[in-house]
Amino acid sequence: MSETPIEVPIETFPIHKETGGIRIASLLQPHRIVMMLIGLALIASAVFFMRWDWLQNYGDLIAQGLWRTIWILIVTVILGFLLAVPLGLAQASGPAILAVPAKMFCTVIRGTPLLLQLWLLYYGLGSLFPQYPWIRGSELWPYLRQAWPYAVLALTLSYAGYEGEVMRGAFASVPKGQLEAARAFGMPRFTIFRRIWLPQAIHRALPTLAGEAVLQLKSTPLVATITVVDLYAVASRVRQDTFLTYEPLLLLAAGYLVITGIIVMLFRRVERMIPSKLG
Amino acid sequence: MADASILPAAISGMFGLLSPNPPGWGGNLLRGLFHSLQIALGSFGIGLIIGTLGAYGKLYGGPIVRDIAAIYTTMVRAIPELVLILLLYYAGTDLINRLFEALGYSRVDISGLVAGIVVLGFVQGAYATEVLRGAIKSIPQGEIEAARAYGMSPSLMMRRITLPAMLPHALPGLANLWLIATKDTSLLAVVGFAELTLETRQAAGATKAYFLFYMAAGALYLFITLFSNAIIGRVEIWARRGMPSVKEAH
Repeated sequence: MSETPIEVPIETFPIHKETGGIRIASLLQPHRIVMMLIGLALIASAVFFMRWDWLQNYGDLIAQGLWRTIWILIVTVILGFLLAVPLGLAQASGPAILAVPAKMFCTVIRGTPLLLQLWLLYYGLGSLFPQYPWIRGSELWPYLRQAWPYAVLALTLSYAGYEGEVMRGAFASVPKGQLEAARAFGMPRFTIFRRIWLPQAIHRALPTLAGEAVLQLKSTPLVATITVVDLYAVASRVRQDTFLTYEPLLLLAAGYLVITGIIVMLFRRVERMIPSKLG
Repeated sequence: MADASILPAAISGMFGLLSPNPPGWGGNLLRGLFHSLQIALGSFGIGLIIGTLGAYGKLYGGPIVRDIAAIYTTMVRAIPELVLILLLYYAGTDLINRLFEALGYSRVDISGLVAGIVVLGFVQGAYATEVLRGAIKSIPQGEIEAARAYGMSPSLMMRRITLPAMLPHALPGLANLWLIATKDTSLLAVVGFAELTLETRQAAGATKAYFLFYMAAGALYLFITLFSNAIIGRVEIWARRGMPSVKEAH
C-alpha cells in the first residue's frame, strides 16, 4: 500500500469532468424519459388503485417507528464506531495480548448471523438475569426488563465487529512516514494518534463507513423480532390490523430507500469536506 | 458455558440436551443446519447466474438494459433484506398462483425452501452483479480485445477468457458474498422457515436452555464460516496460480 507502482499516474488534483449541464442532458435521453414516465405511472397506479386510507390512523405510530429506527441507527453507529477504533488499533499495532482477543471478537461477530446474536442476548441474557437477586435489585433492572437495551447492545457489537476489521486495515494503511515525521516533531504518542493517525485512518475508511452505515440501517428491522417497535414493526402491525399485504411493505421499502439516500448523501458531504490528494 | 458455571451437575444434562437422538435437540439443530446450507448454496448459485447476467448487462448492454440493471442493484442494496424477503415471498407466490389460475391449473403451495432460495438468490444477484462487474473491469482490456480480434464468439470468449481471467479478482468479493449468504439464511426464520436459527429458537423455547442452544447454533455458524474460509483460501491460491504475489511489501 505504501509503495505506488510507477505506471499508475496519481491524480493529484481531482478533475471534475462532469458538469451540471451534461448531467441533466444525460438524464433527459429519450429512453430515460420513457423509463421515468413508466416509473411515474407505476407510482400513480400504486397511489390510486391501492388502499391508503389506513395512513391517517397510523400516522403517529409511523412517526414513532421512524424516529426509533433513526435513533437506534445513530446511537449504534456512533457507539459501534467508538468501540471499533480500539478494536482496529489493537489489531493493527497492539501487543498480542490485545490483538488476539480483538481478532477473536471480530471473527465471532462476523461469523454468526446478527439475528442469532440478538436472540442470544435478548432471550439468553434475558433469561439469565432474573436468576440473580442483585441484578433484580439494582437500579438498572427497569431498563434490563425492556427490549431496546438488548437491541442497542447487539447492533453496537455487530457494527463494532465489522468496523473493527475495517479500521484495522485503515490504521495499517496510513503511511509509516507520516507517523515517523510526527515522532520526529516530538509529538507525544496520544497527540500523534489524535492529530495524524486517526484522521488519516478515518479518511481512508470513510467510503467503507458509508457502506457499513447503510448495512446497519438494513439490519435495524431485525430488532422488531425482539418486540422493539421500529418502522418495520409498525408496518407488521398495520399488516396484521388491516389485512393488507403489499401497501405497508411498499411504503416501508420506500421509507428505507429514502433513509439510505440521506445516509449516502451525508457521507458524500463529509467526504467532500476533507481536502484530498489521493485520486 | 454459563450453565456449567451455575451447576456442575448440569454438564451431563447439557450434553443430553444437545445429543442428536430424540430426547436431545441436536438432531433438530443439525437438520436446521442442513436446510441453511441448502438455502445458502442454492441462493449463492442463483446469485452467481443473475450476477453474471447483470454484470454483462451493465458493461456491454444497451442503455435500457444498463439502466434496468442499475435500478435493480440500487434498490436491492438499499432495502433491508427482511423487507425484500417479505415482499418477494408474498408477491412472488401470489403472482405464480395467479398465473397458474389464469392458465387453468389449481393453486400450488410453494415450499418455503424454494421460495427462500429464489428470494435470497435475487438479493445475492444484486451484490454479485457489482462484484463481477468490478472483476471484469479489472482484467487487462487488451486480453478481451485480442480475443475479439481472434474472432472468438462471445460465449467462447466468456468461457475461455473473461471468466477465468476475472476469477482471481472476483474471488474475495464472492467469498464475502458466500459468507453473507450463509448468514442471511437466518432471516428466513422470521418468515417461519425451519432453518438453523428457527430450530434453535424452538429448541431453546421448549427446554428453557436459551443460552446453551444459542451458543451451540453460534458455534455451528462459526464453524461454517471458518471452514469456508479455509476452502476459499485454497481456491484463491489455485485461481491466482502463475500470478505475482499480492502480499504487501512492508
